[in-house]
Order: sequence, then structure tokens, then C-alpha cells
Amino acid sequence: MWGDLASEMKPTDTNNPDYYHKVVDCQWACPAHTDVPEYIRKIAQGQFTDAYIQNRESNVFPGILGRVCDRPCEPACRRGRTNEKPVAICRLKRVAADHRAEDISDRLPIIPEKKNGKKIALIGAGCASLTVANDLMPVGYECTIFEALTEPGGLMRSNIPSFRLPGNVLNEEIDYIVDMGVDLRLNHPINSMKELLEKGYDAVFVGTGAPKGKELNLPGRQAGGDNIHIGITWLESVAFGHEKSIGKRVLIIGVGNTAMDCCRTSLRLGAEDVKVMARKPRDFFKASDWELEDAEEENVEIIVNHAPKEFVIEDGRLVGMRFKQVEYEIEHGRIVGQMTTGEIVVPCDDVILAIGQDNAFPWIERDLGIEFDQWEVPVVDETTFESTLPGVFFGGDSAFGPKNIIWAVEHGHQAAISIHRHCHDEDLRERLPVMMNLGSRKMGMHEWSYSNDFDPAARRKMEHVQLSQRFKDLTTEVELGFTPEQVQTEVERCLNCDIQTVFFNELCIECDACIDICPTQCLTMTPKAEEVDLLGQLKAPRRNHEQPMYVSDVLKQTKRVMVKDENLCVHCSLCAERCPTAAWDMQKSSFMFPRAIDHNGKPPTGLDKNGKDACQKSG
Amino acid sequence: MSFIKKPKIDLPGQLANKIGLLKRDYEGVLSTLCAGCGHDSITAAIVQAFWELSIPPEQVIKLSGIGCSSKTPAYFLSGAHGFNSVHGRMPSVATGAQAGNRDLICIGVSGDGDSLSIGFGQFGHAVRRNLNMLYIIENNGVYGLTKGQFSAAADKGSKSKRGDINQWKNIDAVSTAISMGSSFVARSFSGDREQLVTLIKAGIMHPGCAILDVVSPCVTFNNHVGSTKSYTYTRDHYHPAGQTDFIPPTSEIMVSYAEGDSTVVELHDGSKLLLKKAGSGYDATDRSRVMRYLEQQRARGEVVTGLLFINAELPEMHRIYRTSETPMKDLDFEKLNPGSEALQKLQAGMR
Repeated sequence: MWGDLASEMKPTDTNNPDYYHKVVDCQWACPAHTDVPEYIRKIAQGQFTDAYIQNRESNVFPGILGRVCDRPCEPACRRGRTNEKPVAICRLKRVAADHRAEDISDRLPIIPEKKNGKKIALIGAGCASLTVANDLMPVGYECTIFEALTEPGGLMRSNIPSFRLPGNVLNEEIDYIVDMGVDLRLNHPINSMKELLEKGYDAVFVGTGAPKGKELNLPGRQAGGDNIHIGITWLESVAFGHEKSIGKRVLIIGVGNTAMDCCRTSLRLGAEDVKVMARKPRDFFKASDWELEDAEEENVEIIVNHAPKEFVIEDGRLVGMRFKQVEYEIEHGRIVGQMTTGEIVVPCDDVILAIGQDNAFPWIERDLGIEFDQWEVPVVDETTFESTLPGVFFGGDSAFGPKNIIWAVEHGHQAAISIHRHCHDEDLRERLPVMMNLGSRKMGMHEWSYSNDFDPAARRKMEHVQLSQRFKDLTTEVELGFTPEQVQTEVERCLNCDIQTVFFNELCIECDACIDICPTQCLTMTPKAEEVDLLGQLKAPRRNHEQPMYVSDVLKQTKRVMVKDENLCVHCSLCAERCPTAAWDMQKSSFMFPRAIDHNGKPPTGLDKNGKDACQKSG
Repeated sequence: MSFIKKPKIDLPGQLANKIGLLKRDYEGVLSTLCAGCGHDSITAAIVQAFWELSIPPEQVIKLSGIGCSSKTPAYFLSGAHGFNSVHGRMPSVATGAQAGNRDLICIGVSGDGDSLSIGFGQFGHAVRRNLNMLYIIENNGVYGLTKGQFSAAADKGSKSKRGDINQWKNIDAVSTAISMGSSFVARSFSGDREQLVTLIKAGIMHPGCAILDVVSPCVTFNNHVGSTKSYTYTRDHYHPAGQTDFIPPTSEIMVSYAEGDSTVVELHDGSKLLLKKAGSGYDATDRSRVMRYLEQQRARGEVVTGLLFINAELPEMHRIYRTSETPMKDLDFEKLNPGSEALQKLQAGMR
């Protein structure tokens, strides 16, 4: 973003919503662009239902995501750059869901009784299809969801164990959508796209996920078949009660998040000795750190540097697995060489394969005009989510392979816009732009309508059910949620990155007050210079080139420029407090991400609850 | 002022100086001055200078009198010794502190009222004794604490915030100090951080009384049109007479300079001041020419800044009095108080 600057640093264009959006790292990192700081503030004020609804507007499933989200926001969190752990953004979302009002029906979108006459077929009742229905029902569409299983939820139901995501949480949030009047047809697998297309729907959305677990074809696979399971298929059998037990000694092959669910589920089905066998060292694990920690807390052993070689069969039964022991040569975080140092047989009763999954479309005829690439993956437009057959859309894992729930939700939002435009013969690419409002948070001389004082508290750790109580059944939720005291501390850890430092160069008298008070030395006043020179003038060296750099227009008195390294700012407001002329102001940025309903020629409704008191770049 | 404290935030890659301290270790308590006050800017320059020189805070004594300026020692070097004296009496206390412990690095912060009105006599004698200290005058031309009356430093003809025109001629700290035989006289501006930090460093290391007059706009009472001490006026009439580089003892002079265009002044600790004339022909070691130059520029309304006069050879107080090399605090009680017999002997020698 910054490499293409002209040789002389131009003043930053802060009217481009991307600039301030990027400063709100969590919101920028979230695929659905949830306004994290705003909902954390609402939680801080005890407005749990408001926080919940605000979440729901962008991520649709706050209760679910508050437990099992992949949390791209947390590694991005600014708090993590102050030698501390990020704010527990994900678990605070759960707080909003846990404490929301029991009946929120009056806060949900209004569904018009008079329909618009357009019928949409959605295949698979997972998070992507549900999001599309959630966005289209309020516009007046008639949506039919076809689900092969007996219950809706897709991967959220079949692959995420209920000790992490209780069934009632799942049901509630799915019901909010189904109760909008969605025609949900369970036990209704679609076996032919051709037949479905012939039924005359105005558009078809494919949200069937990535349901095919990867196979590991090693010697003994056939013979030991009864005790060798494909991870996601096995989790589904457990979720629907078909699989009720497993052997005492279980090996999990692979070390992604599915592997973590498999090992922890095994413990609840009677396994006593569970080992996760990893091919590579820990730095190369695919599982999220927190999922690894939760598994290790339950005494799951994770063994690194073991590559599977064969399934060991005796008397026609699986008795163990042979591994090559591998040592790696690593340079700059990359594996550059490997060496087998030995072999070992690890005895076991069952093996669960969790080495990845693919999307699979045996039910889509290849002569319909829906193109597939060489890996049998459909060709899908990354903006419109349309396939090569107009009117057929893909989203979630079925579009671009396995990602996560929050990505599927964003796919759903975008696909809904495309479907809406498709049904009205409008260009799919003429989408509304993201809009931004800035509103001052100044209340008085030294008063800001946000909690600006920097709180050095460490991240709160969520309580878990005691180990001795955990394994009795499948449904005891391990995480207990935050206590009110923990919530109180954790919300204050949020740095309010959405309260932007907005600079008015024409007001500045160059007194240096902001520069001197800044606790992170992120401000510099310097003669206008070429980029390289200018970076050399910074008070604190620039450490993160991914983060934006603000350069003001020239200052009146000395013709210097004000430069701000956004990477370092903790949004404490001291620059604005110290400014004698209000050249710095703290302004809340709100972004409006258009949804399907906004493409009706009405102004966007997205997040404009904050917009009421806000006007474009006002002082 | 602000009400929330400047938080201490651990960011990776913060720079430490030679003795392992961060810049924030040289800061003081939260400033209660008006937002945008020049004094806060000078405070930050002092923090910067002491940090760069790697001086242990506990080796420093900071002194002041009364006034907005005299509040500022609270805002830097929390770990230093300090004394907040009666109005205008900072130099007396500094003299005593110097006499008692000559190893202390002494910084006095005063204002135009504190030094040029009520403490004018004290100011003169600190200069005359060449007390080894850095004497900063934070000069805003008004009495800010009592709502903006003209001070003795206000220029004749300048306008107060309520519209009065000053009828009195001003006392100029710089020419007064030079005429009284000062060994180091400089002027700077709170809005020129680079120059200010250099001059503070030079003043700290100068072996004698370093007078540093700093134009420091009062944002509340003296930053309007018609003021001659505002940010705008000072920047419009800013006139550096040459440029000074401070070179620490261990470093070599890296810049090349033409003979005759620069002067090098060596200080007693081995550090050097490189005075660049910048084409003006200004020579800070030639007292009579300096006085003439200052008078010319004053008549034009220019604010001449930089190291304006220096004579590093002038002996400071302890050398004139030939006092003990050992600080008085380190002398044994017997040596300091040799008893009545020794007194009688001394008195006998005087009869």
C-alpha cells in the first residue's frame, strides 16, 4: 500500500474509508468487518442486547462465533503490540450473547408480508446459506434451504463438538433466521443440480461446505479399515449419535483444528490415551494456539516430527501405526531439508485421520455450464461469488475450499447482494461502496465520551470446567464464560482504535505539545521530504510497514508536515487533550458495509446508529 | 493541562541511553500548565538533553523560584534533587547548593518575572560569580499566573491580550548578562527543539554560569496579534546567528568545515562546541562585536538566537574561591569542624 508512493510524501487521503478502517486492526482483520471496539464499549456499559444486535448485523452468529470463531481479529489486536496479549475479543462476543435479553424478536429485521415474487434455492443449511437467507428474507425473497442431514447447521453442528458449542446456542441463532419464514427442508439431499435448475428458481446458492475428508492411503488402510476413521465423517457420526465409543488408545493423524476436536471428542467417548501425531515441529502446526492449549490441558499428548508410514495389522486387526522419525533443517522459519532418523511403532486401538478436507460436487452435472478447474473446484468470481453459470452462486467452504465460519458469513453477505442484483437484472459488479462517518468524541475541556485512560491490565483467563467433571458426557461445555469482574477488566483493555486521531493542519500552531506528551512517540513534525528521508526523521523507528502512516498537509508557520505512525498509537487522546487549538480531535469512525437490502435505492442502514450524531469530518 | 497521566507503555524497540535508561526515566510528573505552553516544550527539550548526555538523574539538582516557569522542574527528572525557592531567590539557593556539593549538576529554571523583576539582583550575582549551573529563563513576556500583565521582558510597543500597549522599555536578559561579564549566553525558542536541545547540552557541560534565555510563548495570555512573544511573531522574526553543534568528549568532529568559518570551543570535560558562522561572520567569542550585532538586530525587531557569547576560560566560583576539590558533604566532620583550639589559633594569627 505504501510502496507506490511518489517520491515526495503526499498528504494522506483520509477521506478514503480504507485509511481509518485499517487503523481499527480487529475490524480490518475480521472478514465480516465486525465493529469490535464499539461492541466492547456497549458491553462495558452493560448494553448486552445492543452489543449482540450490533454483532449480529455483521457476523450473524455472535453466540456461536463467540465460542468457536477462528478469531482473525485477535492476532491483529493493537494491544498485542504493547508486549501484552490481545484483548479477548472473541470471548467478549460470547458475553454479549450470554447476557442479551431473552426475547430479541423486536430487534430482528422486519420481514415483509408481501413477497417480491423471487424464489431462491439454497443448498446446505450451513453458515453461508443461512447468512444469504438472513440477508434476503428482509428484502422479500422466498428462500428454500435444502439440507441432507436431519438438523440444520452444517459443519457447525456436525464437526464442532457440543462441549465447545452447545446445541441450544446453535439452535437459537439458526432459529432467528429460519423463523423469518425460510422454507427449510431437512433430510432433503440434492442429488442433481440439473433437476434443481429445472424447477425454475430465480437463483441458486451452493453452500455445501467441504464435506470430503482427506484419505491417507498407506499399507494396512484396507485391512484396518474398521478402526481407521476419517476425522470429519467420524465427528459427524458422533454428533448425530451413530458413534458412541472408541478404543482406549487413539492416535490422531494431523494437527489442525479438526484434529483438536477429534482428540478431545475421543476422550469423551472412553479413550484414555490420546496422542496427536504431527509430521512437523510445533511452529508449523495449523491448529490455533488456543485450541492446542485446550487439548493439552486435557492431557492430550502432541508428538512432533513423526511421519506416518503404515498401519500395523495383526490378525486382521489394527494394533498400531508405524512412523518415520524425522528431523528438519529450518532456516528463517522455513523447512529447507529433512532427514529420517529412525522408525517407531506406536500401539493403538483406533486411528483418526484429520489431515484436511476438500469440497466435492459429485451431484453437479458437468454439462450445465458450471465450470470446474483441474482440481474439480468450481470457478467462482471472488467479488460476486457467481459461478460461470449466471444465477448460480457459491459461498463458504464450497467456493474456495476450507476456511472458517466467519469467512463463510462474509461470503453469504456478498452472495446475497449478487443474488439481489441478479434477480433485478442489474450489474453484479456495480456494488455500493463502503461508507465512513467520523464524529467527534469531545465532551468538554478534558472529557471524551469514551474510556481513554490506558489500562495496563493483563488478559483475563476464562475459567474452565474441572478436568474431573469434563469427560462424563459429550455435552458439558468446557468454557464457563467470563465473570462480571473479568468482563469489567477485559473491556477496559480495549484501546478504542476506532476513536481516530483526526488532524487539522490549518489549526496547528506547532507548539510540540502533542509530540511531547505522546506516550509512544508516534508523532513527528518534520520538513517535507522524500519518503526515505522522512522515515529516517521519525521519533520512534518504523517497525511495521504493513501499518499505515499519516502525513498531513503542510503546516502554516514552518511549512513542515505532521507525521503519525499508526502502528504505535494507543488512542489515549493525550495529543488532543494537550492541543491548545484542537488541531487534533478524537473522532469515532463508523463504517457502513452495504448489505443486500441497502441495494434497494435506500440509504445504507448498516451501522448508522452511530451515524446519527456524526457528520463527515466535522470538528 | 490534562487530567489523565501519560501512561507507561512497553513497546518493543525503545531506545536506552548509555546508562540503560529510557527517555521516560527522565520525565517528571504530569504538567499542570496550559495545553500548548512553551514551557512544556522546554521541559521536553531538557528531558531529551539529559537523556542524550546519559546523566544519572540523582546527580542533578534542579532549582526554581516562583511562577509558571518555576513549576516546570517538577515535570522533568523525577529522580533528581530539587528546591523550589522564594520568588526570585533561586540563585542564592543554587549558590549554597553548589558550595555544599560541587559534584552536583545544577539546573535552575526561572522566568522573565522571576529573574528580570523581583530576582534581578540575584540574577546579576549568579552571573558575576560564574556559578557552575545552567540558568534557563523561560521568557514569555507576561505574568501568566496573574492573568497576563506585561513583565519586564515585554517589548516596548507590544500589545497585551486586552489591548494595552506596553510603554516601558524591556530588560533584555541576553545583553544584560553579556554586559555583566557572563561566560556563556544563548537565546533559543521553545519551538526550535533541535537548537534548544543542543544549547541545553552545551549549557550543562559549560564550566560556569550558562544563561539560556528561551522565548516561550504563553498560549493563554500572549499568543495574539500584536504580541512579540507569540509563536507566529517569533517564527516570522527568527534569526539564528550561526549554528552550534555539541560534540561529546569521546566523539570526533565528523563534519568538515572551512577554516575561518567555524570556531571550536573545548570544554573542560573534553566535549567540544563547534560554532558555525553560517555565512553571517558572527563570532561568539568577540564580546564587543557581539554587543554591536545584537543591538543592530534588536533595532530591526529580529529575535537573534543561538549560542551568542562564550568564554570557556573564565573561572567559575569554586576556582575563584579556591575551595576544596572534594565536595563539602564528603569531608570528615573533623576537617569541617576542627574545634575551638583551631579557631583560637586562627584568630591569634589575625591579631
